[in-house]
Amino acid sequence: MRLLTHNMLTSHVKGVNNGYPLKIEATEVNVESEVDFKPEFICCMIPRIDWDVLKKALAWIGKADLLPEEIVDNYEEDEEFLRKVHHTIMEIEIVTGSLICPESERSFPINKGIPNMLLNEDEV
Amino acid sequence: MEIPTPIFSHVKNYPDVYEPAEDTFLLLDALEKDKEFLKNLKPVLSVEIGGGSGVVTSFLNEILGDSLLYICTDLNPQAIQCIAETAEVNHNYSTEVVQSDLPRLNGLVDLLVFNPPYVVTPPAEIDSSDIASSWAGGTRGRMVMDRLFPQVPSLLSKRGIFYLVVIKENDPEEICSVFESLGFRGESIMSRQAGPEHLSILKFTRLQCTASGKND
Repeated sequence: MRLLTHNMLTSHVKGVNNGYPLKIEATEVNVESEVDFKPEFICCMIPRIDWDVLKKALAWIGKADLLPEEIVDNYEEDEEFLRKVHHTIMEIEIVTGSLICPESERSFPINKGIPNMLLNEDEV
Repeated sequence: MEIPTPIFSHVKNYPDVYEPAEDTFLLLDALEKDKEFLKNLKPVLSVEIGGGSGVVTSFLNEILGDSLLYICTDLNPQAIQCIAETAEVNHNYSTEVVQSDLPRLNGLVDLLVFNPPYVVTPPAEIDSSDIASSWAGGTRGRMVMDRLFPQVPSLLSKRGIFYLVVIKENDPEEICSVFESLGFRGESIMSRQAGPEHLSILKFTRLQCTASGKND
């Protein structure tokens, strides 16, 4: 599961008012995956990303220093910045671990890079 | 078809996964016919619900390339593995698989695709956990898709588009009027008779968009 996907997932356990962001507990993280850098795509994604949540996600996996605190001004022209964003959102994969609902603390497992968000009948 | 159908010979190794059939191919044909529209839309995020074999998302990847994120969901654990394999054998590098019923996404979806369980069945059948969940739609075949509809306005971005596969029994006209009250214009962009099923692909666009689908 890439951090870009984590940036979008929320918990929908019954009764939970705010299931976002899901906390990450990772036991296996792959930081070596290589995805073609497409600056236009990164520029389009930046306005859609919750930057604070992305920073939190990195902190949860012990990689807080990969990104600056704030989005730089004129990021469209800053290739170094765009490459950092690209690496964090597209090239870091949580292979094994869990996503924890912030309110209910319900744990959603991640196996082989795929999060399982299915709820039991009594949780829907 | 100009655009090659994704490799899916491995799908038969997953007995609980819906193997691409007439409804799948009608959806692929409709998406191919709409390919210029889709390319001009320049989606950044595509989400397919109930991806099954993963063929539709892989096909979208053929049309639109790797410059967007494709999220493909399914609740069936075999389908999850199958979708991952389909992405791998077709060299789709920006596909993410999520095991989920109807996903809650905090993001803004530009392209939403759903080939739902649309077959009219007794209501109890929609809760099965095996392959029947890929076709059993309960009363009027609408019970699963009806759960998604109210979420579509908040899932989609301003210029987001929703493609849905239906049969005549699902009452496509009524579905379009449901979407009208949600602020969307619906139209059938392709239909086909496949055995006893009269299939249609419905396309929904936000009402304040211009006819070309672009938005400020």
